[in-house]
Amino acid sequence: MTKNKQKSIWVFGDYRNYYQNRVTLQLIARAVALAKIINAEVCALIFGYEIDEWIMEYTAHGADRILAIDDPALKSYSTEKYLAIIEALAKERDPEIILIGATDFGREFAPRLAKRLKTGLSADCVGLDITEDGLLLQIAPSFGGNMLAEIVTERHRPQMATVRPGTFKEIPHDYERKAVVERLPLMKGLPKPRVRLIEYERSVEKGHTIENASVIVCGGRGMGNKEKFKKLQELARLLGGDVGATRPVVYAGWAEHGALVGQAGKHIKPKLLFSFGISGAIQHTAGLGEADFIIAVNKNPQATMMKMADVAIAADASDVVNHLIKELKKRIKE
Amino acid sequence: MLNLVVCLKQVPMVTELPWDEESGTLRRDLAAGMMNPACKHALEAALQIKEKFTAKITVITMGPPASEEVLREALALGADEAILVCDRLLAGSDTFATSLVLKEAIKKKCPKFDLILCGAYTADSETAQVGPQLAEELDLPAAAYVEKLEISGKTLRVRRLVDNFRETLEMEFPALVTISMENYKPRYTGMAGLKDAFDEKAVMVLNARALGLTASSIKTKGSRTKVRRVFLRKAQKGNVLLQGAASNVVNEFLDKYQRKIGTVIGKSIEGKKLDDEK
Ligand SMILES: Cc1cc2nc3c(=O)[nH]c(=O)nc-3n(C[C@H](O)[C@H](O)[C@H](O)COP(=O)(O)OP(=O)(O)OC[C@H]3O[C@@H](n4cnc5c(N)ncnc54)[C@H](O)[C@@H]3O)c2cc1C
Ligand SMILES: Nc1ncnc2c1ncn2[C@@H]1O[C@H](COP(=O)(O)O)[C@@H](O)[C@H]1O
Repeated sequence: MTKNKQKSIWVFGDYRNYYQNRVTLQLIARAVALAKIINAEVCALIFGYEIDEWIMEYTAHGADRILAIDDPALKSYSTEKYLAIIEALAKERDPEIILIGATDFGREFAPRLAKRLKTGLSADCVGLDITEDGLLLQIAPSFGGNMLAEIVTERHRPQMATVRPGTFKEIPHDYERKAVVERLPLMKGLPKPRVRLIEYERSVEKGHTIENASVIVCGGRGMGNKEKFKKLQELARLLGGDVGATRPVVYAGWAEHGALVGQAGKHIKPKLLFSFGISGAIQHTAGLGEADFIIAVNKNPQATMMKMADVAIAADASDVVNHLIKELKKRIKE
Repeated sequence: MLNLVVCLKQVPMVTELPWDEESGTLRRDLAAGMMNPACKHALEAALQIKEKFTAKITVITMGPPASEEVLREALALGADEAILVCDRLLAGSDTFATSLVLKEAIKKKCPKFDLILCGAYTADSETAQVGPQLAEELDLPAAAYVEKLEISGKTLRVRRLVDNFRETLEMEFPALVTISMENYKPRYTGMAGLKDAFDEKAVMVLNARALGLTASSIKTKGSRTKVRRVFLRKAQKGNVLLQGAASNVVNEFLDKYQRKIGTVIGKSIEGKKLDDEK
């Protein structure tokens, strides 16, 4: 043991979302790379009931140390209980950095923890780096991902960030790996939660809102009329995606308000965006900053939306929708 | 009577966004503003509560003088009182500082609140942090991303979809919720109401001192994070143009991108059909 305290990077074990997005494994992988630069260990936090599976997984994917509390009282998730636990541990052990997956649940939890630890937090980061002095460089999107900000927490510790699932790649598992596993007792005197869980249902379908859908089929005025617009539903279903809409289309009642994409509506970040009969006004494209791959269909090849696209199809939007549905039905193999 | 507080933020309108391409900084000071979309939904939720119960709605924002506009808009829609926290000392606040300031204002001007409603996130910074941090400041039970509220007596029941869990939660007042954009479609502002709101109802303006904050206390209690630089994301787009009859372009498109699409949707898509198969 050296005299200097071992520096530690903590990764919150968001196992509720394990099968959905494996964000904890991705964060462990990034933490391993950052830890090398500042000579720190990577510590995964796992709290719950019957958690051996997660201890094994996080060890196999690169954690050096596991802090685990296995207790029936933690059988169902409670923000207040988890806050009290991590607050106590962090105050005792002073981690340099705490990384949390930017799942809905992580983004509700992290800000409260940061407040309790009186430190800074950046949201939904899409990049993380570190200086040799240990300053965490947090790249966070703003304005619908049209801009990126580099954020630092200069004077306060720990440095905290929530990180978007899919930003980093996990390290392949190695079940021979060993970690130091500290099994801790549940601390005494945890506050009784004031929020009561009445019921919950785990959706079999990937619980999604248009904001985190990986495929979105967006339609604009160029879809022609309500009947034709409704066809987008069928296409979206075939692709496992959601339908988005521009403002005129929402005003016309072809789509629900919840489908509105743009500055007055949702900001989306799909891997595939289909855009049918949309001109590409800035109020709409303001919500598209993070779409990975864009396919635009417009009868006017000069439309702004066509210039923003990876693939621009100059044709009648509704015709293309119909043919796509027909062809995909033939071609998709389950 | 129910005492409701709605936290509103004015965000820049994208058309007006003047950014300096060279330095990559945003001239927020020059941008025209609008009410943040999620805040509109939070306000709508409060207005719907007010339609059912006797309730008073106080709207509050921290921002530059121009952000008084969003308070006026809220008054026109049916809010009863409005508070603007405005001080140069507070410019550039991060969520840590913003939630502290909002707490001080709420403690000072409406300490007897039952429910605080925030938007789930803002369109500019998109942190979704101010609501949860305000709940910590005031030590409140809270829920984020709420789609539906039900009130009976002093009990609040909320429904929400977080990740792949559909949850129903219950808590007692006082409490805090952040409202998602799934439900509570905002109503429109009638011009007449807007005019009245500008003419009659007053907006209370508070500076940092009024909240017991000084330059030095803001320094120690305020922002934890610093934005070192802001830059435009430059997306490289393929920009392949396909033209022709719809049936042909669709086939051409699918032949070319079947792998790409198949990977994303997690299903395999059959390759090129030979002409003589038909
Ligand atoms: C304050 C403010 C906020 C706003 N916020 C939003 C917002 O959040 N979201 C939003 O979407 N809008 C918003 N708008 C509106 C925005 O400015 C545009 O008016 C809107 O995005 C245009 O929608 P569109 O592309 O469907 O329609 P249009 O601009 O009318 O474009 C239709 C397109 O379809 C093409 N087309 C026509 N017929 C066909 C056909 N048969 N086949 C193929 N293509 C065809 C045309 O060439 C054209 O490019 C806002 C406006 C303001 C002032
Ligand atoms: N300056 C502010 N004044 C009042 N409320 C705010 C302010 N900033 C954020 N909020 C509230 O917090 C919510 C989430 O904001 P954010 O954390 O910035 O994404 C907003 O929808 C508002 O309800």
